[in-house]
Amino acid sequence: MATYLEFIQQNEERDGVRFSWNVWPSSRLEATRMVVPLACLLTPLKERPDLPPVQYEPVLCSRTTCKAILNPLCQVDYRAKLWACNFCFQRNQFPPAYTGISEVNQPAELMPQFSTIEYVIQRGAQSPLIFLYVVDTCLEEDDLQALKESLQMSLSLLPPDALVGLITFGRMVQVHELSCEGISKSYVFRGTKDLTAKQIQDMLGLTKPAMPVQQARPGQPHEQPFVSSRFLQPVHKIDMNLTDLLGELQRDPWPVTQGKRPLRSTGVALSIAVGLLEGTFPNTGARIMLFTGGPPTQGPGMVVGDELKVPIRSWHDIEKDNARFMKKATKHYEMLANRTATNGHCIDIYACALDQTGLLEMKCCANLTGGHMVMGDSFNTSLFKQTFQRIFSKDFNGDFRMAFGATLEVKTSRELKVAGAIGPCVSLNVKGPCVSENELGVGGTSQWKICGLDPTSTLGIYFEVVNQHNAPVPQGGRGAIQFVTQYQHSSTQRRIRVTTIARNWADAQSQLRHIEAAFDQEAAAVLMARLGVFRAESEEGPDVLRWLDRQLIRLCQKFGQYNKEDPTSFRLSDSFSLYPQFMFHLRRSPFLQVFNNSPDESSYYRHHFARQDLTQSLIMIQPILYSYSFHGPPEPVLLDSSSILAERILLMDTFFQIVIYLGETIAQWRKAGYQDMPEYENFKHLLQAPLDDAQEILQARFPMPRYINTEHGGSQARFLLSKVNPSQTHNNLYAWGQETGAPILTDDVSLQVFMDHLKKLAVSSAC
Amino acid sequence: MNVNQSAPPLPPFGQSQPVYPGYHQSSYGGQPGSTAPPTPYGAYNGPVPGYQQTPPPGVSRAPPSSEAPPASTAQAPCGQAAYGQFGQGDVQNGPSSTVQMQRFPGSQPFGSVPLAPVVSQPTVLQPYGPPPTSAQVTAQLAGMQISGAVAPALPPVGLGYGPPTSLASASGSFPNSGLYGSYPQGQAPPLSQAQGHLGAQPPQRSAPPQASSFTSPASGGPRMPSMTGPLLSGQGFGGPSLSQPNHVSSPPPQALPPGTQMTGPPGPPPPMHSSQQPGYQLQQNGSFGPARGPQPNYGSPYPGAPTFGSQPGPPQPLPPKRLDPDAIPSPIQVIEDDRNNRGSEPFVTGARGQVPPLVTTNFLVKDQGNASPRYIRCTSYNIPCTSDMAKQAQVPLAAVIKPLARLPPEEASPYVVDHGESGPLRCNRCKAYMCPFMQFVEGGRRFQCCFCSCINDVPPQYFQHLDHTGKRVDAYDRPELSLGSYEFLATVDYCKNNKFPSPPAFIFMIDVSYNAIRSGLVRLLCEELKSLIDFLPREGGAEESAIRVGFVTYNKVLHFYNVKSSLAQPQMMVVSDVADMFVPLLDGFLVNVSESRAVITSLLDQIPEMFADTRETETVFAPVIQAGMEALKAAECAGKLFLFHTSLPIAEAPGKLKNRDDRKLINTDKEKTLFQPQTGAYQTLAKECVAQGCCVDLFLFPNQYVDVATLSVVPQLTGGSVYKYACFQVENDQERFLSDLRRDVQKVVGFDAVMRVRTSTGIRAVDFFGAFYMSNTTDVELAGLDGDKTVTVEFKHDDRLNEESGALLQCALLYTSCAGQRRLRIHNLALNCCTQLADLYRNCETDTLINYMAKFAYRGVLNSPVKTVRDTLITQCAQILACYRKNCASPSSAGQLILPECMKLLPVYLNCVLKSDVLQPGAEVTTDDRAYVRQLVTSMDVAETNVFFYPRLLPLTRA
Repeated sequence: MATYLEFIQQNEERDGVRFSWNVWPSSRLEATRMVVPLACLLTPLKERPDLPPVQYEPVLCSRTTCKAILNPLCQVDYRAKLWACNFCFQRNQFPPAYTGISEVNQPAELMPQFSTIEYVIQRGAQSPLIFLYVVDTCLEEDDLQALKESLQMSLSLLPPDALVGLITFGRMVQVHELSCEGISKSYVFRGTKDLTAKQIQDMLGLTKPAMPVQQARPGQPHEQPFVSSRFLQPVHKIDMNLTDLLGELQRDPWPVTQGKRPLRSTGVALSIAVGLLEGTFPNTGARIMLFTGGPPTQGPGMVVGDELKVPIRSWHDIEKDNARFMKKATKHYEMLANRTATNGHCIDIYACALDQTGLLEMKCCANLTGGHMVMGDSFNTSLFKQTFQRIFSKDFNGDFRMAFGATLEVKTSRELKVAGAIGPCVSLNVKGPCVSENELGVGGTSQWKICGLDPTSTLGIYFEVVNQHNAPVPQGGRGAIQFVTQYQHSSTQRRIRVTTIARNWADAQSQLRHIEAAFDQEAAAVLMARLGVFRAESEEGPDVLRWLDRQLIRLCQKFGQYNKEDPTSFRLSDSFSLYPQFMFHLRRSPFLQVFNNSPDESSYYRHHFARQDLTQSLIMIQPILYSYSFHGPPEPVLLDSSSILAERILLMDTFFQIVIYLGETIAQWRKAGYQDMPEYENFKHLLQAPLDDAQEILQARFPMPRYINTEHGGSQARFLLSKVNPSQTHNNLYAWGQETGAPILTDDVSLQVFMDHLKKLAVSSAC
Repeated sequence: MNVNQSAPPLPPFGQSQPVYPGYHQSSYGGQPGSTAPPTPYGAYNGPVPGYQQTPPPGVSRAPPSSEAPPASTAQAPCGQAAYGQFGQGDVQNGPSSTVQMQRFPGSQPFGSVPLAPVVSQPTVLQPYGPPPTSAQVTAQLAGMQISGAVAPALPPVGLGYGPPTSLASASGSFPNSGLYGSYPQGQAPPLSQAQGHLGAQPPQRSAPPQASSFTSPASGGPRMPSMTGPLLSGQGFGGPSLSQPNHVSSPPPQALPPGTQMTGPPGPPPPMHSSQQPGYQLQQNGSFGPARGPQPNYGSPYPGAPTFGSQPGPPQPLPPKRLDPDAIPSPIQVIEDDRNNRGSEPFVTGARGQVPPLVTTNFLVKDQGNASPRYIRCTSYNIPCTSDMAKQAQVPLAAVIKPLARLPPEEASPYVVDHGESGPLRCNRCKAYMCPFMQFVEGGRRFQCCFCSCINDVPPQYFQHLDHTGKRVDAYDRPELSLGSYEFLATVDYCKNNKFPSPPAFIFMIDVSYNAIRSGLVRLLCEELKSLIDFLPREGGAEESAIRVGFVTYNKVLHFYNVKSSLAQPQMMVVSDVADMFVPLLDGFLVNVSESRAVITSLLDQIPEMFADTRETETVFAPVIQAGMEALKAAECAGKLFLFHTSLPIAEAPGKLKNRDDRKLINTDKEKTLFQPQTGAYQTLAKECVAQGCCVDLFLFPNQYVDVATLSVVPQLTGGSVYKYACFQVENDQERFLSDLRRDVQKVVGFDAVMRVRTSTGIRAVDFFGAFYMSNTTDVELAGLDGDKTVTVEFKHDDRLNEESGALLQCALLYTSCAGQRRLRIHNLALNCCTQLADLYRNCETDTLINYMAKFAYRGVLNSPVKTVRDTLITQCAQILACYRKNCASPSSAGQLILPECMKLLPVYLNCVLKSDVLQPGAEVTTDDRAYVRQLVTSMDVAETNVFFYPRLLPLTRA
């Protein structure tokens, strides 16, 4: 048998699933003793170039409470044309179309390699994708210009039949009518007044046939025109119009006096955008794309007043309960996010400003609807421009890498229940037999709605083993889980992707080694981190850290090999060896530490952490450090201060930042200009190598990372120094002698200290 | 006598001053005002060239009447000849007039004053000056009686008409002059009627013979001179007819002399002129109607007498057939007489308590210390010293003030005085402004306030020595020391928020609902606005108007337009949140016309197209005003909204109205609700508008009930106007609407005004009528005030007045001019005080009285049943006359109605008021019409009420 590593990798490639445990403890009690819950990271729309969708509909289990989909794990009686549901054991007749099946003539969904399969649903009207731009006009002139250009550019990237709309806001909110000739029209709303969806629709004239102009052409039943046609138009029709309109966009004309922030009605603008789509295209794939250059300063959802002398809230203010507007604003955006999610639309936030823009309050809009969140310094940076462009990237089939209005349903065999999910989703509150009473993440349901997702969107799904200890699973029994994702493909097709997986049960007492060996420490680290981050949203930071520590200690106690009270004897097996290190870096990460981060940054980091796949998540937890030197080819090195050497170039990837750091000597050489001398061409190549690698990462990643090119002693070197393990600090520098590396001026504990404490605690019998 | 004295040397400041109306001469559609009227006149007016050469108003304003003064100058010693000259002038109208005209506007009005008028004037005025002796009084009384055999001469109701019928039979009772002998013949010549208080004077004695000398030509030959009055003067009638051209039910208001005059050959009327001259002064005194044979306008209402009979008064004992229409005092005659007597001489305002000529008379005014009657007219120029007297007489004491009245081009508009940073000089106690009546004492170091007697220091920079009469040496150099009307430049203290105002703005707000589109209104209006925006009011010699414009269209939502000059196309911004109105844009909404012309033209071209297919029938109203007001607020300026509205605002919005028209309420106690607004929302809105200086002019184009009573609340309280075109059709109503619109847009207007009337101790302004808002009891707040708007002020005694010092009024108006300058306009008027009731009755002005009484009554209908209001009016009139009879008239038979000379038209006019649509609606008069008329009258001036209540009837064909 292949190693578990290969097994895990194969499973991930085929199904987009990584489990924390790949052999499952067979009773509830044992499962809880495993410390790390049984859980998986699921990438529902993982790109599968080798998986063409099938053009028919899935076969469902006929039991109404089950409705599981026929899969390779089902037992099939080819003669009787029956199949047994592997979740509820219902025996089902095949539908008439399947009369021809036999052992040699199997439909795709019965073949083992199709444990993940995608169906295309043909019925139902297809509706075009909708893109509604919500644009802040309180920007600096060049920022606005850059944004306008990006938006104009995006028109050419949109599918031609997609509907687009434009809302601009500043002190007022303007909904632009796109269909008109001559005079450009817009509907204007006060930026201070919250309106209900009904009011918005009334005021936009969407409730009645808005244009009574449609002269009844008797006898000619013209197709039901979109009532919203004035505001949402197919790109190909109003391409020119909209380009001109965007070109003419002016900065918000209302005067801003000295010492004031411009009045920015983000809350109302978003509310109107939501209301507009809610009334006209419910449950159709739609993106609301909010571009904002500053914090909302008036109306519902305001985050800060317009007095510049009052700064926007910091973590300090929040802790002191000093953030006046935060609760109210958060409530406003949560309400909007929930409405949007209900309608199956998603909200993207593109916030570009040097100061905070209120992402903390608005984060739920993106988090709950599966929208993107992009944070930059200015719209006039490549970070924004390229990130925005990348939204409209296409896959190998030429389809946009976006899907809409998905529902994810999880079915489990009866020994398991689903406890919750963490990711860009909202609960659909569907109770069922497989829903656990204990919640981990968003729980209490077996279905979630993911309004916007892309091939990398990944959810953490947590399970609970409910099999009682005294009812052992028969030998060789397997537990099964089915993930059913229904979504609107970017080609506007409705599709269903079904992934059915099974894992072996094992008795934890007799077969602990099996279970141990099948531990996926990477997945476990990410899944635990998600739980931690999820808790951090509602709990105090130290509590979360304590909880993480306790879990880690318990895990070590459970799976470490040691003699009681002898820390030096402590050993962890290979499958656990990296886990404590992940936890060490997680504790220091911006997901759990708010020190040095603004509330907006924390929200931004957490947003991305909760949706990226395993690889990216791991990079976020423990950044990757590559070393370039004359001593050999580029190699990954420890994320440790000892890796910072004078003759090295370091490339660090933290997901959010790409840092290139030139060691002291290298920096001096470069300063001396050796790279320009022909005889030192190899030095030039050495300098170039990390740049090329960085470009490669920059090209692939969404959102585009911040690119930092710095050197020893440079101010931006702090990005590197704050990440590495402070093995050398001013405290122990001399103890280490004049060895290599760079001391970090910090009181943070180093990995060594952390591990020492961990061992001590793990072996102690006290806890 | 004092007239002579007060003819001052020419004040140095009398130099050329910018004259507002000057730019009218830019021949935009001809002369804006006079477009309509000339046609009817032209028809019969052929022979009189002077009138038809109207186009440049400056020229047309110089009618033969103004030509007369110079003529009489030459002939000064011989009044007769002067008159004769007049006749000749009539004949040789063309040439001479041009000569004169050049003289007039060219030379300074003050400069030309000197002698002629002054010399001739005293002869006219003298009789008023000296208090009448008792002998005179009695003579007078005798002259004023109307004897009648009818008993109920003085019953409270229905009076006035009864007695005159019996004139013929009573003729014998005229004891004292042969004059009366002519009455019975029923053809007493117009010029020879009775003699009023001049009765005792010699010339009067000579009158009868002369009168009889031209009784014979009943054909109207003698009418000729009087005809020249209305025709040549033009002004008298032209004015009112233009300013209220859209009364619903009133016939064309041109005043025409009766038919006979028309038919009369326009030939020279030679013989009578000479003979007339002596009688000339008597004209004033005719106590009752000219015994002219054919008098068509009396004929119809009278003998038929159905309306008369229907009055709820006591039954007339006499059968109606015994009424003799000829015996009734004829307004036409009175008007003509006044015109003939007083039209030729300038009215010099130097003396206290002078009764000005009638409003129908075309006369020039020379300001020598009292405000021109164009600005202020009083019901009486001699007011009782005590409140007891006033109560007894029941003559209301009121002033009709038109602070920004337009002046004929011959008269200079008030001088602007700039006192620099210190601002205008005021009394420390009562805050009255420096005026000619202030007494300088202590060698000029102090002055005593003429209103409150407080002694104030004269600031050093204002100090000036006094001459031997106690007058400041520089009195004639300073308008505020020598004129009745002048303006101060206000300092920043007089401005809102202590900031000088920005130039005002006009916002055109156009209803684009289905009705407005279908009737063609929107297209017509947009077309017109394209050119009209070039003629916004501008100040003085300014090249272009400082006023900015903005455009809004609306049905049940509002559309604002961005017409910024940098835009290639206008932008429309729709605001559908009518419940909570706001202005969606700041920059580009209010623009300078010349900068944004291309965009504006493009917008006005597109508006009719954009809404051509609209099916929207619902409209909003209050949010529209709110929006305009907010726009002005955002732009931090005052301004005016022009609303063009078609239907009852039934769309869901603040100020939504119901159709509550209920004709069954007429003649019930609930009738008053028809005049009251449906909701208080509009009052609140109006209050906000006033605070912002936002004046609202409303043009209504209803096809059915629109509830004018409610819709007009805001215009009414903000100093705006309401125009109404029922069932508007472009073909029929275009002319009328466009001329109203042009006039309304072009007229000079002040914004954000506060008016205060101060009086000398003894009387107090207690009540105000007009289109304005008052937040306290003294300050009249006007968001906008134009040259047609009048404020009527009623005074009451609060103390004894002094005969010697008289009573003083000072009306101060603080306003923002159309160029955005903050100014104070001051009008001063001194009145006489009397201890004898007879003096009161001799110095009354019936037209003003009617103006006041009508306004009083029209306000009364808001709170009382209409019948009560009518009864009150009748009672008051009866009491006035009864008091006169009791206190001033010599004993006469009980059946006689005795009318004071000044009030001889009171019963006639009052009857007109009683029969007006508001107080006694006909079957076809709609509720809206009544509400419309009610508010219309509220801000009318005397000339307008005169012609409104007593419309002139012009036969256009030979009978």
